[in-house]
Amino acid sequence: MTLVNGKDFKGRVHKALKDEELRANFRRAMDGLMGKRAMQFTDGDEWTRLRNLGESIKKRALSKLPELLERLEENCTKNGIKVHWARTVDEANSIILEILKSHDVKTVVKGKSMVSEEMELNHFLGDHGIRALEADLGEYIVQMAGQMPSHIVMPAIHMNKGQIAKLFQDNLPDTPYSEDAAELTAIARKELRREFMEAGAGLSGVNFAVAETGTLCLVENEGNGRMVTTVPPVHIAVTGIEKVVENLSDVPALLSLLTRSATGQPITTYFNMISSPRKEGEKDGPKEVHLVLLDNGRSKVYRDTETRDTLQCIRCGACMNHCPVYTRIGGHAYGGVYPGPIGKILTPQLEGLDEYPEHASASTLCNACVEVCPVKIPIAKMLVRLRDENSGNCPHGEHPLKGRGAKSSTIENAGWSGWAAMNASPATYKVATTAMSRIGNLLPQSAPMLKEWTSVRVKPKFAKKTLHQMAKEMGLKDE
Amino acid sequence: MNKIAKQEILDNLRNASPSKGDFVTDNSVIYDKKWTQEQKIERFCQVTSAVNTQIKQTTLHDAQRDLIDLLTEKGVRHLMQGSPSPIAKEITDNWTAMDTGVKLRSFDQKIEACKEELFSVDASLTTTLGAIAETGSLILWPTREEPRLLSLVPPIHVALVYEDRFFNTFLEAIEQEQWTTHMPTNALLISGPSKTSDIEQELCYGVHGPKELVVMIIRNN
Repeated sequence: MTLVNGKDFKGRVHKALKDEELRANFRRAMDGLMGKRAMQFTDGDEWTRLRNLGESIKKRALSKLPELLERLEENCTKNGIKVHWARTVDEANSIILEILKSHDVKTVVKGKSMVSEEMELNHFLGDHGIRALEADLGEYIVQMAGQMPSHIVMPAIHMNKGQIAKLFQDNLPDTPYSEDAAELTAIARKELRREFMEAGAGLSGVNFAVAETGTLCLVENEGNGRMVTTVPPVHIAVTGIEKVVENLSDVPALLSLLTRSATGQPITTYFNMISSPRKEGEKDGPKEVHLVLLDNGRSKVYRDTETRDTLQCIRCGACMNHCPVYTRIGGHAYGGVYPGPIGKILTPQLEGLDEYPEHASASTLCNACVEVCPVKIPIAKMLVRLRDENSGNCPHGEHPLKGRGAKSSTIENAGWSGWAAMNASPATYKVATTAMSRIGNLLPQSAPMLKEWTSVRVKPKFAKKTLHQMAKEMGLKDE
Repeated sequence: MNKIAKQEILDNLRNASPSKGDFVTDNSVIYDKKWTQEQKIERFCQVTSAVNTQIKQTTLHDAQRDLIDLLTEKGVRHLMQGSPSPIAKEITDNWTAMDTGVKLRSFDQKIEACKEELFSVDASLTTTLGAIAETGSLILWPTREEPRLLSLVPPIHVALVYEDRFFNTFLEAIEQEQWTTHMPTNALLISGPSKTSDIEQELCYGVHGPKELVVMIIRNN
């Protein structure tokens, strides 16, 4: 079952807006997350300096991306980590399948990884007879429900206790209905402990990959990330190529920005730094560690110095927590892996504007996301760029995006040409405005272009006299 | 396939226009976070207590007694430690001679041979490399003697930290101790017991890792 789809965005939006339970779940969660984040950044000067630092670290890393990737590979290899390169999700999936097959793995336990969602890895492995089990509590719930995460940090944020209680009761043996969060958590703990012990391999994402030392860093609260990277004999880490940072000393600033922005915590319970497989004489840890570096369109996003800023993202989710659109429609409405403001700019760039033509328009450009972004990604500016590209009239950008002109319309283009010509001459302007004051109100709502305008707005009422006429009557001189 | 993929990705990146601007890294906002020795300990305790970490301040002399009291109070039957446990040894030495209901176990085999045992003990004891005042974090540096699962699997984790091993920030620890020259297989920051708020944002402790974290700060006197 594939849930990724950019088409019928509007249909999903309308459905979400009418779902009162969903809207209440998101409203409650987003209010909580915004409040917690605000408590972390009460010192405006510290916030400004720290995010400038975060931005400069990510920009510096991107400016040397190819070198850093090679350095990362070199240092990981030196440490005993096997590095794989994948241009596409198909390549990444095949690499992982090969590794799992070579160890005759039946079940792989997973830590939270958005890149693996991008790959639809669980689905792919399932088709090849390998069970992929999510171990992050939110992901575990979402997987059981046969859904996708609706938030990149809090995957099951769209569900309430009642819905989760029912899900556990229906899917887990001998599980009574309970709406107690602690009890539900305890049920998941018990179910998953045995899985950690028995799984043939563990799979995780990566938050930061340090080129200098060949270290993979993972941020988490639950301990499932540590379980999957420590207990099974094989650990596979998957990451987008943009996650590499140059130095270990770059990590503390980004870690602080990430956890404080994401959930309002000074730090998460665990910050896990993995630099090698189990060494001679060590008693635990996987005997093999693999790192899969996935491109999947990122190197194309990188080509253009303007769109490159998208790759600064550290996946904190603050942009969605503060987005008035996301809060009302939730994560699933977007139809892509990455919802909210970052998803609106990232998904169309990775998948093509033609696949996700509505994403760039689903914003009021209120700038809330830009204000809270810990690495200062100019999301609003990027949305405008994508809208321009959508129309096919993009004046900037050294490299057109895939699907440029996806929303270009001959009627609209002709309309705007006419509009420009009308405004360019006093005579045509007068004729046009006078005509609208006479016949404007007679136009049917279904007239071309007016139809789109009035689909979500009332039809404008034209005044009987033009502004020029009224000014003249008031005695203003026509200079 | 790997070589071709790598080449194509790197070619794509190298053919791109270079980034504009110079990217100066100014860490002063982190260096500005400075506390005195006592303030560091105080801040550590305050930040980590907020996420349910239990703190016990003691001395090397009293540590064993305090540890036993603590474990007895929690009803712990089996405490697992590293093998040989370098610093904890001073505390767990002569354990059998003590009149205690807590049995001491050692992580002295490879995980493959002791998985069931590890998953069944109810508490563990580990050392730390130090602690971080800013974020209330312990730095764990697992070794052959002290495997990494000791601080993860048992439901109660007791960690020792010496009073002169408090750093202001994570960055300070990395730089002062020159981590980049000798990164271990696995290094960890641990800031509280395992937790989640994935269900309606309600905070619950002990999802997959320890439900309780006890930090014993060893004072010099």
